[in-house]
Amino acid sequence: MPPRPDTAGLFPRAGAAQAWHNWRRHFSDFAQTHWRELTIAVPYLWLLVFFLVPFFIVLKISLAESLIASPPFSPLIEWAEGEALRIRIIFDNFAWLLEDELYVQTYLNSLKISTVSTVLCLLIGYPIAYAIVRAPPGARHILLLLIILPFWTSFLLRVYAWIGILADRGTINNFLMWTGVIDQPVRLLYSEFAVYLGIVYSYLPFMILPLYANMEKLDATLREAASDLGAHPATTFFTVTLPLTVPGIVAGALLVFIPATGEFVIPDLLGGGNVLMIGKVLYGEFNANHDWPVAAAVAIALLVVLVAPMMLYQHFQSREMEPGKWR
Amino acid sequence: MTSATSAATDVYLERPWLDAAAEPFIRIQGVSKRFGDFTAVENVDLDIYRGELFSLLGGSGCGKTTLLRMLAGFETPTVGRITIDNADMTEAPPYQRPVNMMFQSYALFPHMNVADNVAYGLKRDRVPKNEIARRVAEILSMVELQEFGKRKPHQLSGGQRQRVALARALVKQPKVLLLDEPLAALDKRLREQTQFELMNLQERLGVTFIVVTHDQEEAMTLSTRIAVMDAGRIIQVGEPGEVYERPKTRKIANFIGSINTFDGRIVTVDGDAGELALSCPAFSSPLKVPREADLKAGQKATLAIRPEKIMMSKDAPEDRALARLQGEVVELAYMGNLSIYRVQVDGDGGDNNDGDGGDIIQVTAPNLQRVDRRNIEWDDRVWLSWRPDNSFILRD
Ligand SMILES: Nc1ncnc2c1ncn2[C@@H]1O[C@H](COP(=O)(O)OP(=O)(O)OP(=O)(O)O)[C@@H](O)[C@H]1O
Ligand SMILES: [Mg+2]
Repeated sequence: MPPRPDTAGLFPRAGAAQAWHNWRRHFSDFAQTHWRELTIAVPYLWLLVFFLVPFFIVLKISLAESLIASPPFSPLIEWAEGEALRIRIIFDNFAWLLEDELYVQTYLNSLKISTVSTVLCLLIGYPIAYAIVRAPPGARHILLLLIILPFWTSFLLRVYAWIGILADRGTINNFLMWTGVIDQPVRLLYSEFAVYLGIVYSYLPFMILPLYANMEKLDATLREAASDLGAHPATTFFTVTLPLTVPGIVAGALLVFIPATGEFVIPDLLGGGNVLMIGKVLYGEFNANHDWPVAAAVAIALLVVLVAPMMLYQHFQSREMEPGKWR
Repeated sequence: MTSATSAATDVYLERPWLDAAAEPFIRIQGVSKRFGDFTAVENVDLDIYRGELFSLLGGSGCGKTTLLRMLAGFETPTVGRITIDNADMTEAPPYQRPVNMMFQSYALFPHMNVADNVAYGLKRDRVPKNEIARRVAEILSMVELQEFGKRKPHQLSGGQRQRVALARALVKQPKVLLLDEPLAALDKRLREQTQFELMNLQERLGVTFIVVTHDQEEAMTLSTRIAVMDAGRIIQVGEPGEVYERPKTRKIANFIGSINTFDGRIVTVDGDAGELALSCPAFSSPLKVPREADLKAGQKATLAIRPEKIMMSKDAPEDRALARLQGEVVELAYMGNLSIYRVQVDGDGGDNNDGDGGDIIQVTAPNLQRVDRRNIEWDDRVWLSWRPDNSFILRD
């Protein structure tokens, strides 16, 4: 191979200014050709910093051993006596979750409560969303506003308000005793009923809004076409309207189901000690027991339980966003 | 003229609207539709006979779709009555009417494949499964979509979707098929082809078709009869030839094709010959034209002649009975099969007396010669002439 000519020597003017110029040109070329990648990188960076990193911290803790120290868990990586690097991964916490009847029971109970609440939200939310879509345009905006209105006050305050309503000396019991229907207060608060009430009340808007968004896009002439072809209104509903609102149902159901499963405030405030939900157990392990590794394992296990419905949600979302399907 | 009686019965079989004794299949009686205080359809009376291909023609917003939706049952008339095959349908819901509609937007169910879309109406009638399969296959092969049964609507082209919509409406063998601008979404070539397909289908199945359109050529080609609508009212009903050749008002004449008009005054009315004589400033002597029943001598009237009825020549026409004008070609448009000439006639007569010369008359003529051998060119002096009985009197 012949020796390459020394171009820098041949063109002495190519100094610092030239280098700066070259660098700028390179950068702008890069930015132009990789603009797409650059813009996409921003949300990924966000997810990495605020989601993935905390997740790995929790995962790390869940694989550690509980210690009475600060922080109260064993390190994942440490220098052994000699000079070797030692990695300690302990699966005891996860084994513990499976062995202890309580945890399994609590997971199952959480899933039961969130499933029933989701179904209740759907049964109540679907007709409401349908009525809003069919309302005259002026009324529609007011009705939508009413659905969103509760978000303007604190979630915690609204749950506390239910305590005042459901308590033994609360609004409902006082009223019933005043009318003479009962003479002893009925137990409403600190029951599974109160938890269902709280969850359905709090999460209903998350069911209604995606359903509304979906129904609003429905073409009214499709219903007319069904009717024209001989379908009774009820048949039209089950053969045309319902199948076409499945994306809205799935979105709403998952938006209720996923947070309801891990719900902590409602079972704690309205369920008292009587309703076992995984969010409460997690809180207890963390704060009362100071067992961070077990708490972390509970959190990771909850995540695993919810990954399936989350992926389902993702799948439907991306289908909704397909070009042509979106208005 | 030899077998007058048999010809007359044939005429009545093909054209029942000429027979006063014939029973209409669909009767629309005094129907109006108001939305709030806006009247979309006003006092419509219409009789449509079995097996007709009836067109509703009119500009945008004149109430065609509203009238069709009242026939389908999506709207109820504010006043009036609709009967189909002797059954009162004024208040019947859509799913109880012997009527199917092909929607302008097709309204195919996006979550069902083509075969399920077509089968939908049959399933509602609880037709046995194997018969559904047979009839769906039959109608799909009729619209040449037998290969496409498993496709979803979004996997079809516009023209294919339109044929699915047609198949879905036809498979129930309705007594009446309503079509709202069925061909609007198709390109010109496909539209013409589909027009003939529609006419064939209609003849084969004997279903009564009511077609909404704002395309006058489409109405001309397709229909047994045309109803012209304007501002919610029906302003003329007739066979295509009748509506074209004898439009009742200037508005209809302008809406369907082009027209040349001359202001004039009626000189004499000859009841026996069925003629009247009209004097126009543009012509040297009064013209004899077919008589309109309620016009009297002395009255003002407008003479109208279609551009294609006018002959054009460089030499003066021999026949003294022709209406004639002389002028100069001021504009010429070559259209391939025919040419459109605009001729400014001599003198300052006609509609105005503003001293800028005579009226501009539009003439269309078939291109009998190749364009390079055309014998009438720009700025040529020409004679225009036509048989007076080809012209007609217009009201405003
Ligand atoms: N539901 C309704 N409420 C109020 N006004 C309406 C309603 N439906 C139709 N109209 C009005 O009635 C008139 C006739 O409407 P229609 O749809 O029958 O017109 P069209 O002849 O079909 O016009 P196009 O050729 O544009 O389809 C229009 O002015 C329209 O605005
Ligand atoms: Mg219309």
